[in-house]
Amino acid sequence: MNSQNTCDISLAITGSGGAGSITAGELLLSLAGKNGCFGMMRRSFGPQIRGGEAAALVRISHQAVECMNDSFDLLLALDWNNADRFAEEIALRPDSLIIADPAAGDIPEAFRDLGVEIIEVPMKALAKDITAGRPNMVALGLLSHWLGFCSDEAGKLIDQVFGKKGEEITGGSRTAFTAGFTEPLIVAAREARPRPERGDRSFKGERWHFNGNQGCGLGAIRGGIRFAAAYPITPASDLLEWLSPRLEQLGGSLVQAEDELASINMVIGASFGGVPSLTATSGPGLALMTEAMGLAVASEIPAVVVNVMRGGPSTGIPTKSEQVDLNMAVYGLHGDAPHLVLGALDHADCILTTEWAVRLAEALQTVAIVLTDQNLAQSTVLIPEPNYQLPEIAGRLIAQPTDGYQRYELTASGVSPMAIPGTASSTYVADGLEHTESGKPSTAAADHLAQLEKRSRKIHSFDFGKHWADVRGEGRTAILTWGSSSAVAREAGSRLRAAGHDVKVIALRLLLPASPEKLANELKGVGRVLIVEQSHSKQFHHYLRAYYDIEADTRTLARPGPLPITPAEIVEKIDNWS
Amino acid sequence: MDQAAQSIALTPKDFKSALKPVWCPGCGDFAVLNAITKALAFMGLPREEVALISGIGCSSRIAAYTSVYGFHGVHGRALALASGLKAARPDLTVLVAGGDGDGLSIGGNHFIHACRRNMDMTYIIMDNEVYGMTKGQASPTTAPDWADSKLTPHGTGIRPFQPAGLALTAGASFIARGFTGDPNGLAKILVAAMEHKGFSFVQALSPCPTFRPEQMQWKHHVKAFDEEISTNPIEAARRIQADDGMSTGIIYQHEHPVFRPGTGVDNGMGSIESEFKI
Repeated sequence: MNSQNTCDISLAITGSGGAGSITAGELLLSLAGKNGCFGMMRRSFGPQIRGGEAAALVRISHQAVECMNDSFDLLLALDWNNADRFAEEIALRPDSLIIADPAAGDIPEAFRDLGVEIIEVPMKALAKDITAGRPNMVALGLLSHWLGFCSDEAGKLIDQVFGKKGEEITGGSRTAFTAGFTEPLIVAAREARPRPERGDRSFKGERWHFNGNQGCGLGAIRGGIRFAAAYPITPASDLLEWLSPRLEQLGGSLVQAEDELASINMVIGASFGGVPSLTATSGPGLALMTEAMGLAVASEIPAVVVNVMRGGPSTGIPTKSEQVDLNMAVYGLHGDAPHLVLGALDHADCILTTEWAVRLAEALQTVAIVLTDQNLAQSTVLIPEPNYQLPEIAGRLIAQPTDGYQRYELTASGVSPMAIPGTASSTYVADGLEHTESGKPSTAAADHLAQLEKRSRKIHSFDFGKHWADVRGEGRTAILTWGSSSAVAREAGSRLRAAGHDVKVIALRLLLPASPEKLANELKGVGRVLIVEQSHSKQFHHYLRAYYDIEADTRTLARPGPLPITPAEIVEKIDNWS
Repeated sequence: MDQAAQSIALTPKDFKSALKPVWCPGCGDFAVLNAITKALAFMGLPREEVALISGIGCSSRIAAYTSVYGFHGVHGRALALASGLKAARPDLTVLVAGGDGDGLSIGGNHFIHACRRNMDMTYIIMDNEVYGMTKGQASPTTAPDWADSKLTPHGTGIRPFQPAGLALTAGASFIARGFTGDPNGLAKILVAAMEHKGFSFVQALSPCPTFRPEQMQWKHHVKAFDEEISTNPIEAARRIQADDGMSTGIIYQHEHPVFRPGTGVDNGMGSIESEFKI
């Protein structure tokens, strides 16, 4: 399929750090929205703090997309500095197109050898003739013409984005955009190719533009989070940075802690004080937090941790994605410590899942770990406004002033009323030591058993409802997946269905507690199951083996990052089943 | 009885819980408990508006022995728990207590950062220069030649921390040392510490009769600082360094800006939700 002739186009803009490829990509995605399209953008950086290389990977379509495509239709290189490093991330086909600046030197072998068509446009030279003109704005003009976008909308967007920087920069950006938009070489090349079909652009609703970290942030505050503690770690820092001013706007606060040990303990302290609280981190930080998560489980203090997974172990590949903290989230706590683990399935789902996690943690007075990954967290989508309906969940059960108050009272549901400091007559000591119903430390076997069962009961007897998984389609073949692989699996499912396969895609959102009966019900009549995950050691597969009985013929598509799993890989695996 | 009248009537005993401490007979920690309950009664605070946060160790058991709100957390993290609580609930009076191992070894990072952060709370290190709950190992305040631990049979060979000096360097705005042999003096220090606006640090010399019986002689060595409270960190540093670690009293007090995050009002979700729209 030559998708240059459809309205589902994937393009990459590369350049050295500071060349503005990311800015151009972001503006292009915004323009897509103004031109009736949807899209997604991933940013790819090298490990350098500043400088190095940067690539904006953009997919624009008339339909909402939730993952990147298999390959790229167009590569625009502002320069070729270190572009080799992107070669494996930017898969081109023989019918792809490269737009490059002749002044940038020879095209790297990795790209040249594909034999793709190359259009050389002197972007640097064009920008040089314009006061405050920059090559990336010329590039934006070129690409906007290529995509058939409206130049008036672009002008308005440039004014809006650069307005603060003064007239010279705004004017220069506009002029540079026009130089690219009307560049004769690109106009001629576009003319020479069939126009892309416009597709159905009748969507009249609101379009939302956000990344996964922002989605989690919004879900958190929708759920009622009003305190966060933060220790910076890639790729979770920008979630915390997003929350900081917004919590203040909501009368809440964020404290930067001295380390992850402090941030999780601050969260537990604030939540003990009655304020729903959260922190965000990534693999190594989650490892540091696991001791205190055991405390929150034992002392029954609601606490939410968003863990944005990255390549591991250790510092691993912190700027790239992998689904590899599932084991730690599920099994990492010491002792018998029932808790919640949820995984967000796509960008919109970051909002839903985080809000749900907060509400569940509050209702069940326990720890909820939300797993996302770099892939979701740091890519931006342009999608229809997400709408979802979570079931009614009662908020934290608060104790009224009572004489003879028992914090850890053995109730039928397992949830006991929690006294908030300030409440008279109900003072108690929250304790990580095993305790009696009143909270008195106890080593008695009966007390331990009673409290273990209480903490287990409140989670295992709770009705989590239909949100345990996202299930699409019907068929004898099922793709079973989780996290950011879900969007890829869904796109693969659509392609397979279009090719005549009956495929069901099951993406687990609630990972702990497991829902073996619900999954068994969904797998009735399914003969083949493909388990898809981005983990070398097949963590998700092993998790499934531990908690579920799957009778169907089961295969796995499990491979490590940093390259995202593509829909084509899944399609191929199912096509070549035997 | 209405709430105000009730709070006026509270005695030190009212601030104690019904639990019997796990401490050994003669442990200095009993006197710290007494000093805390005296100070709270003296200040006339309602029990429900006070929270006592602790970590792990003999002394950290103290939270359960008072009748205020308490949190007995994990080893070394009491100050972090307390900082989160104080950030979320600035209306509460927050006390933190624990041992020298809890606060200066595993919790050392939180100690220096709590000093630096200067939130309005009081931290008491009950210092007996030993890990008691794990049966007698050297702590960061143990002398280098103390060879009675099986773990370090030749002594630690490393010099101890000077907690007051550490607190001063880290930016604590109130630094004092008390002695459990003088519970009234300690209670007075605690009242001053709680009245101080900012992070107040109190080192309570609290002998361990079980693993450091020689500390029962401390009562013969402890003396009051013969100088007034210093507001000058250079002067305070000199006093700390010149002292043998056995002088008691308020060493240093200075008004620094108190850290209080998030003083904004709730403006609702509307403008935040609209950021997502293009």
